[in-house]
Amino acid sequence: MELLCPAGNLASLKAAFRAGADAVYLGLKDDTNARSFAGLNFTPEQIKQATKLAHSQGRKVFLTLNTFPKPGEESRWYQAIDLAANIGMDALITADISLLDYASRRYPHLPLHLSVQASATNLAALDFYQQAFNIERAVLPRVLSIKQVKDLAKNSSVELEVFAFGSLCIMAEGRCHLSSYVTGQSPNTGGSCSPAKHVRWQEQGDKCLTRLNEVLIDTSGVNQQLGYPVVCKGRYIAEDQSQANYLLESPTSLNTLSLLPQLASAGIKSLKIEGRQRSPAYVEQVTRVWREAIDSFLNHPESFTEQARWNQVLAKVSEGQVTTLGAYERQWQ
Amino acid sequence: MKISLAPVSFCWDKATIEQFYQKAANSQVDTVYLGETVCSRRRLLKFNDYLELAQMLKSHGKKVVLSTMALIEAQSELSELKKYIDNGEFSIEANDMAAVQLARQAKVPFICGPTINNYNRASLDILQTMGMKRFVMPFELSKVWLNNVISQPAKANFEVEVMGHGYIPLAHSARCFTAKHFGLNKDNCETICQQYPKGILAQTQEQQDLLRLNGIQTQSASHIDLTDELMTMQKMGVDYFRISPSSIECLNIANELANKLTSPQLENELIMTTAELNKKLSPQACNGYWFGQAGLEQI
Repeated sequence: MELLCPAGNLASLKAAFRAGADAVYLGLKDDTNARSFAGLNFTPEQIKQATKLAHSQGRKVFLTLNTFPKPGEESRWYQAIDLAANIGMDALITADISLLDYASRRYPHLPLHLSVQASATNLAALDFYQQAFNIERAVLPRVLSIKQVKDLAKNSSVELEVFAFGSLCIMAEGRCHLSSYVTGQSPNTGGSCSPAKHVRWQEQGDKCLTRLNEVLIDTSGVNQQLGYPVVCKGRYIAEDQSQANYLLESPTSLNTLSLLPQLASAGIKSLKIEGRQRSPAYVEQVTRVWREAIDSFLNHPESFTEQARWNQVLAKVSEGQVTTLGAYERQWQ
Repeated sequence: MKISLAPVSFCWDKATIEQFYQKAANSQVDTVYLGETVCSRRRLLKFNDYLELAQMLKSHGKKVVLSTMALIEAQSELSELKKYIDNGEFSIEANDMAAVQLARQAKVPFICGPTINNYNRASLDILQTMGMKRFVMPFELSKVWLNNVISQPAKANFEVEVMGHGYIPLAHSARCFTAKHFGLNKDNCETICQQYPKGILAQTQEQQDLLRLNGIQTQSASHIDLTDELMTMQKMGVDYFRISPSSIECLNIANELANKLTSPQLENELIMTTAELNKKLSPQACNGYWFGQAGLEQI
């Protein structure tokens, strides 16, 4: 079972490997990936360096190319594929049909991982990408129950990767327009969800107003710890109520530590930690906990128990310091 | 250019649905998409009911397309999808790659719905070789984007449809937000979304209309309204102007627009009536996406 960790920069990549990651995923410093925050990501030269470093330690490095090319600008995405293939990266994580087609025809030796942005949640969709583009692996969106994940794993002819820990995306990834509806920038075409330039915190007496492109997403106490403002985790007033509530989801992170034995026995190939936008310290802490948990499980699968201190560390770095199993748990749905 | 009706995205009761399609059968709409696209727990109409409606519409001269689910998670949903693909008569609207896969295997012509991620011409051309006859532009894209895609490098070999009227589906989740609002979960939801034929309106804490909860789907609170762009779309080469039903009255808009297409000289008069109808149907309109802005903007 692979532990796959985020690398927003070289320091995070080193932290991830130091703490025991088997592989990292990273993106170029432009809109070819959906985390194009200022100060994040890698130049082509840094990607070469990162790949060399990973391989010298026997680890893997995947290129995240998870946005959809814009008409007239396709060449940048194709160049990124050329780069990944030419420097011997271990896989390309991508969702767009034209990119899968380009990569599979030109570089049949380059493993293709279907990005979560492709939103493949069922066997027929996985078959589509496998038959058409020979994908090796698919990353599952965070909308499936653990039973549905197991059913897929049993029948799928491609390896499966699931989100194990990190910010909880509650919508089918790749098909969510909430951010672009409010800000005009879409995660699918190169921005990120709730781009930083549209976020504004405004103090008003003892309240803090969170605004996204001037739309009021939430109101909280000035000393309250705030998560990153996304539309789906705001407080709104439903037409039949007078009070604001978390109508979709509250600020919370996904933590699947308790599902580790079930994910392992289902044959899940890779556990993905979310958070390329987070600090190297976050990457190191989370990776260390998951390394220990996975090793503990692999050494003694029958007597595996989650340790309280693991969850304490993970809760501390979670949004609102709260974690959930999200859609894996049917009751959440 | 012709007028099409998107599948009803809300959970209307059976009598209302039947009444709606009876009226649609006698409207000037060219093409009708129908089927449950949001939630497999909505079972007020079954596959055979939709097939009967499809036959009725066909007998009134309508072209009919069977629409399929946008988020397919369970094996049982795939089996249901297979029934749609194997209907033997009507083409289908694929709203998930599962439908593309099954349609291409069965050699059934398909239309890529707006929830398939089509962001560039190369991808559309590949889907066209797999049997795609038409695509509905993803909601968040713009007029400029569409112009680039359908005209370059050469004119496209597939038809184009643009959603021009109705609430915009913005996201799909595993969670049913309508059920959550009532302290229920998806497995014991009591199909409570039936009580909200336009979804549940959600406002910000400054009373700005923002979202509309429709079961597992989240829609825009504002009504997209591109009726003023009808002639521009026609000139661009858009084949279908899509109306997403938000009430039976939207068929009046459909008729107005169809008239305008056949008698452009009546344009001014018709713009007036359409505007009045729109005001009644949708006090708050948006058109930002079409002009390359945030979707909620009204330009």
